[in-house]
Amino acid sequence: MTLNVADVTEGVKSALAAIAGAKDLAELKIVKTEHLGDKSALSKASQALGKIAPEEKAQFGKIVGAAKVEVTAAFDAKSLELEIARDEKILSEERVDVSLPATKLPKGGLHPLTILTNEISDLFIGLGYRVAEGPELEAEWLNFDALNIPADHPARTMQDTFFIEPLDTKLVLRTHTSPVQIRTMLENKPPIYVICPGRTYRADELDATHTPVFSQVEGLVIDRGITMADLKGTLDYFAQKIFGPDVKTRLRPSFFPFTEPSAEVDFFFNGRWIEWGGCGMVNPKVLEVCGIDTSEFSGFAFGMGLERTLMVRHGITDMHDIVEGDVRFTRSFGFGGR
Amino acid sequence: MKIPLSWIREFAAIPEDLSLEVLENAFVSVGFEVEGIDLQGRDLKGPLVVGKVVAIEELTGNKKPIRYVELDCGEPKTRFVICGATNFSVGDLIVAALPGAVLPGDFSISARETYGKTSNGMICSAKELAISDDHSGIIVLPADCAKVGSDAIALLEINDVVVDVSVNPDRGYALSIRGLARELAASLGLKYQDPALKVDSKKFTNNKDGIQVCVEDKSALSIVYIRTISEFDANAATPLWMSRRIEKCGMRAISLAVDITNYVMLELGQPLHAFDAEKIDTSLVIRRAGDTKSMKTLDNQERKLDKDDLVVADKKSALALAGVMGGASSEVTDKTSKIALEAARFDPITIAKASRRHKLSSEASRRLERGVDPSLAEISSARGIALMIELGGAKYVGSSTSGEPKYAPIVSFDPNFVSKYLGTDVTPAEVEEKLKIVGCDVAKKSSSNWEIDPPSWRSDLLLAPDLVEEVARMIGYDRIPSTLPTGKSGAGLSPMQYRKRGVANFLAASGFSEVYNYPFVNPQFVAQLGFVGDRAKSFKIANPMSEEFPDLRTHLLPGLLLTAVRNQGRGAKDIALFEIGSVFRNTEKLQSQSVVGTDRVPDAATKEKIYKSVPNQPLHVGGVVAGKLASNSWNGKAQDFTWVEAIGFARSIIEETGNVSTTTNSDFAPWHPGRCAELRVDGKAVAHAGELHPRVITALGLPERSCAFVVVLSALEFPEIKKLQTLITMPAAIQDIALVVDQSVSSSDVELALRTGAGELLESITLFDRYDKLGDGKVSLAFTLVFRAADRTLTAEEVSQYRESAAASALKSCGATVRA
Repeated sequence: MTLNVADVTEGVKSALAAIAGAKDLAELKIVKTEHLGDKSALSKASQALGKIAPEEKAQFGKIVGAAKVEVTAAFDAKSLELEIARDEKILSEERVDVSLPATKLPKGGLHPLTILTNEISDLFIGLGYRVAEGPELEAEWLNFDALNIPADHPARTMQDTFFIEPLDTKLVLRTHTSPVQIRTMLENKPPIYVICPGRTYRADELDATHTPVFSQVEGLVIDRGITMADLKGTLDYFAQKIFGPDVKTRLRPSFFPFTEPSAEVDFFFNGRWIEWGGCGMVNPKVLEVCGIDTSEFSGFAFGMGLERTLMVRHGITDMHDIVEGDVRFTRSFGFGGR
Repeated sequence: MKIPLSWIREFAAIPEDLSLEVLENAFVSVGFEVEGIDLQGRDLKGPLVVGKVVAIEELTGNKKPIRYVELDCGEPKTRFVICGATNFSVGDLIVAALPGAVLPGDFSISARETYGKTSNGMICSAKELAISDDHSGIIVLPADCAKVGSDAIALLEINDVVVDVSVNPDRGYALSIRGLARELAASLGLKYQDPALKVDSKKFTNNKDGIQVCVEDKSALSIVYIRTISEFDANAATPLWMSRRIEKCGMRAISLAVDITNYVMLELGQPLHAFDAEKIDTSLVIRRAGDTKSMKTLDNQERKLDKDDLVVADKKSALALAGVMGGASSEVTDKTSKIALEAARFDPITIAKASRRHKLSSEASRRLERGVDPSLAEISSARGIALMIELGGAKYVGSSTSGEPKYAPIVSFDPNFVSKYLGTDVTPAEVEEKLKIVGCDVAKKSSSNWEIDPPSWRSDLLLAPDLVEEVARMIGYDRIPSTLPTGKSGAGLSPMQYRKRGVANFLAASGFSEVYNYPFVNPQFVAQLGFVGDRAKSFKIANPMSEEFPDLRTHLLPGLLLTAVRNQGRGAKDIALFEIGSVFRNTEKLQSQSVVGTDRVPDAATKEKIYKSVPNQPLHVGGVVAGKLASNSWNGKAQDFTWVEAIGFARSIIEETGNVSTTTNSDFAPWHPGRCAELRVDGKAVAHAGELHPRVITALGLPERSCAFVVVLSALEFPEIKKLQTLITMPAAIQDIALVVDQSVSSSDVELALRTGAGELLESITLFDRYDKLGDGKVSLAFTLVFRAADRTLTAEEVSQYRESAAASALKSCGATVRA
C-alpha cells in the first residue's frame, strides 16, 4: 500500500470545501462523517500509515497529522459558528414582550400611616429614644388629671372627648398619646427619651381635614439641664428628616395645661408656614405628680398628627382617603416609599 | 374675639401705617392666633348719605309689602326710592346709597325702574353694608344724630379693621379690648394706657341706699358689687359710637342698658348683669340653688336647676343663673327706670360646671370660667353706671359690696432661671423689663432672688416656668436656639414592636393591603355576624359620633368586612385586606377609678388601682380575602384563595412569632361552621381562620367562598432565643407513603402519627396529595417523608423500615391503611 500525498491534499481540500459549505449543524454532522469518519480519505491515509515503510513514516505521518489538524480545526470553527447562529436564531425567536403586566404577583402594601410611624420611630431610635405605647381606652386620670387638666377646667372641653358608659368607669378614648408619657414617667426614672406613636380620638366629624380617629406621635425627654433650645433642635431635626433638609421650624407661644412655656410648632414647606403640632417644656406640676424631682430634672414634650404630616408631605387633599381603607390608597405606597 | 382696631387705638398707640402683616405677626408672636382680618368698608363706595324719610307710599298688589319713599338727602330736591322694609316711619333718619355707590358684593346702585316707579337709590340694611348680619330691616339712625345729607360712611365708622383673635383658655383677661390692646402694645413696643385706670370708682361710695348684696357661699366668688341707679331713660337711643363698636365685636346692639353692660364687658373683660330693680327685693343673695328647682332664663327657657348651680336670688326666687345668664323675671325692658348692676368675680370652676350642665355658653360664662381680673368688679360696675348716668340720664342711688378680691401670690424667682430654661442668654435686666411689660411688679431681694408680684389679671402666673413663658413671649420665641439632645441608652424596638412590623411586612408582601378601620361598630351588625357571649361584650360610647356606631369593636372582622364591601363597591376585584389593632371586650371586672388627686405622687397601690381600672386591650391581626390574592391575568388564572390558605396564613403568622400551633375544627361565627379552624398554642386558642359563613357572604354581597383569619398577637408568647443545630450535609433519603383513612380523621392527626412512628431521623413530612373520591367515606392522604442521618448515608433497607414503622403508627392511632 502506498500513500499518495496528492490524495491527502485533495482530501483536505474537499473536506474544507464541504465544511465551509455546511449550512447548519445537521449538514455539518454529515460532512464530519464523510470527511473525518472511518471511511474518509484522511482516515484511510492514517490507516495506510501503519503499512508503509518506516523510513517514510515520519515524513508522511507529519503530512497526515497536519491534514487532520487542519480539517478538525476547520470543523470545530464551523461547528462553533453554526452553534452560535442556531442559538441566536432560537433566542431571537424566543423574544417576548417584557412590558406585559405581571398581574399574577400579588400586590399588597403597608398603610402609609404604618410606614410613617416606622420611619419616625426609627428616626428617634437613632437618637437614643425608646418607642412607648399604651392603651387607647384609657383612664381619665391618666388622660387628663395627671396632665394638669382638672375636671371642669376649660382646657378639658378643648378636646372633644369620647366617654364610655357608664360615666363612672372614668374611661375615655384617649384624646392624645400623652397618657403614655404619664405611664412612662410613673414607671421609669429619668433620663427618659421616648417617642409615643398611636391612635387617638376626638369627637370631630369626618371631613376633608378632620377625622374622629387619628394618629399622633408624641415625644418626651426628661433629663438634667434640658432646655427649650433642646426642644427646638429636636423639632428641627425631626422636620428636616421628614420633610427635607432645608425645612425650617418656628415656635409660636401657645397654651397647653401640661407644658409651660407652651408653643405651637410650624414648619416652612413649599413656600408657606404650616401648623404641625404643639410642644413645650413639661409643666412642673406634671413632673411632680409623676414623682420626678423638678430641682434636678427638666424636660420637653411635643406632639403632632400623623395624618396631617402625611397629607402635607404627599399632597393628600382628602382625609377620607386615609381613613376609608381603599386598597388603591394603601397600594400606592408599597412597603416604605415616600 | 373680634376687635376693631379703631377701639384698640384708644388705648394703644398704634401707628397709622401699621401693615396687616405686622399686625398679625404682632399678635401671633405673643401667643394669639389670628383667625381672620376683616377690612370693613373696603368694598364700599359712596355716596352713602344720611337721609330723612319725608313721605311713605305703600304700593299694593305685590307679594310683599313695598314702599315708595320720599327722602330728603340734603339735596335741592327730594328723591324717591323703592324699599322692601317696613321698620321705619316718616321723620326717621336712614342711610341711603345714591346712584354711583357700590355696596359690598360689587353691587352698583343706579336709578332704575321697578314696581312701576323710578327708584333713585337704596335705603340700606346693616347687612347690605356688611357691617353686621342684621337684615331684619333697614338701619334707622338715632334721631338728630347727624345732619341730613352728611356722609354715612364716616358717621357709621364703617372703615375699620376688625381682627378676629383666638384667645387660649389661660388668658381670660385677653377676652377684652383692655387685654388685647395691652398685648398688642407690648408686642410692638408701643405706649399703652389701661382703660381701667380711667375709671373713677371711688365717687360711687358704698351705702345702704341701693339694692344690697350678700354672699352665702364664699367658695363661689371672691367679690361682688351691686350698684343701683334710678330715673334711667330706657328709651334713650344707644349712641352710634357704642352700638357700632358692639357690632364690630360681633354682638348685637339691643337697648341702651344692655348695650352698656356689653360694651363694658368688651372693653374691660368683666361681665355685668343689669336687673330691673323694681322687679326684685331690696336685697340680693348669691347662693347655691339648693331647693330652688327651676328658673326661667332670659332666652325664655325654663331651666331645671342643679342643687350646686349658683344663683343670684332675692327672698322670693332665683333671679339669675350666676355668671351664665340672667333671668326673665327681672329683665330690663323699655319700661325699666331703676337698675341694679351686678359685677362679680365668680369662681371659674363653678361657672364652667353650670355652663356645661345647662349647655349654655354665653359671652359672660366664657370670660368668667377663664377667670376675670378680681379688681374689675368694682371698676367695671362703676364704669357701667357712669355710662348709664351719662347716656341714660340716670341718678346714682347707691352701691353694695361683699367679699374681697383675691390675687395671685408673690412668686420667688431667680432671673438666671430664664436662661437655663430657655437655653439662651437673657440678661436679668431684660427679664425685669419684660416682666414689667406684662404687668408684674419686681422686687429684687438679691441677684438670684426676686419677688414677682403678678398683675391683678394674671391669676395664672404661679410658678417660675409661668414667668419664663412671659419673658420668652416678650423677647420672641425666635430667639431660642436649636440644640439636639440624644438619649444615652437607646434600646431599639420592643419584641412586640418587632412582631408587629414582621407580621405587617409578611402580609403586605403576600398581597394584603393594610387598612385602619374606625373601632366603632354597630351592635346589630355585630349580632348579625353571629358574635355572641364574651366575643360580643363591648364598651358603649356615651357620646358616639353617630347613633349607628355606638360600640367599640370586640373583633376586627366587622370593620374589615365593611371595608371589603366598600372596596368592592368602588370596583375593586380580588380584595385582600389586613388590619393590626386593639379590640375592646367588656369582660373583666375593672377597678373603679375613685377620685385620685394630683397633689402628690400616687403610691404603688393607687397606681395599681388606676392601671386596673383600664381594661386589657388585646392586639389582633385580621385578614379578609374576597377573591384571590392576585388576579387572573393574560397568562393564566391566579391561585384560588380558599379556607386552606386562610388557615395557612394564620398558622404562618403564629410560626413567625416562634410559636407552634395545633389546628382543630371549630364552628366560630362569622365563619362557615364546617370550614373554620381554631389554632391553639399550648392549649390556648389564639387564632381562627377559614371560609366565611355563606349567610354572611350573601348578606354582604361578597364573592362566594370569601375567607378570613384573625390571630391574637398579644396572646402569643415570646419564645426564648433559638438554639440551632449544625446543618447536616449527608444525603437525604426520601420515602413516599399513601394512606387511606376515614374522612373524619384529621390530616394533622395522621401527620402526627407518622411523625411519631418515623423515628428521630425524620427530617420533614409533607402532604403532597389528597384524594377524596375513594367512596365509603374514605380519603387517601399521600405524604413525602424525608430522612437524614448526621453521620452516614442511610440505606434503602433502613429507611423502608422507618417508613413501615411510621405506617404502623398511623394504623394504630388513626386506623390508616397503606394504599395499595
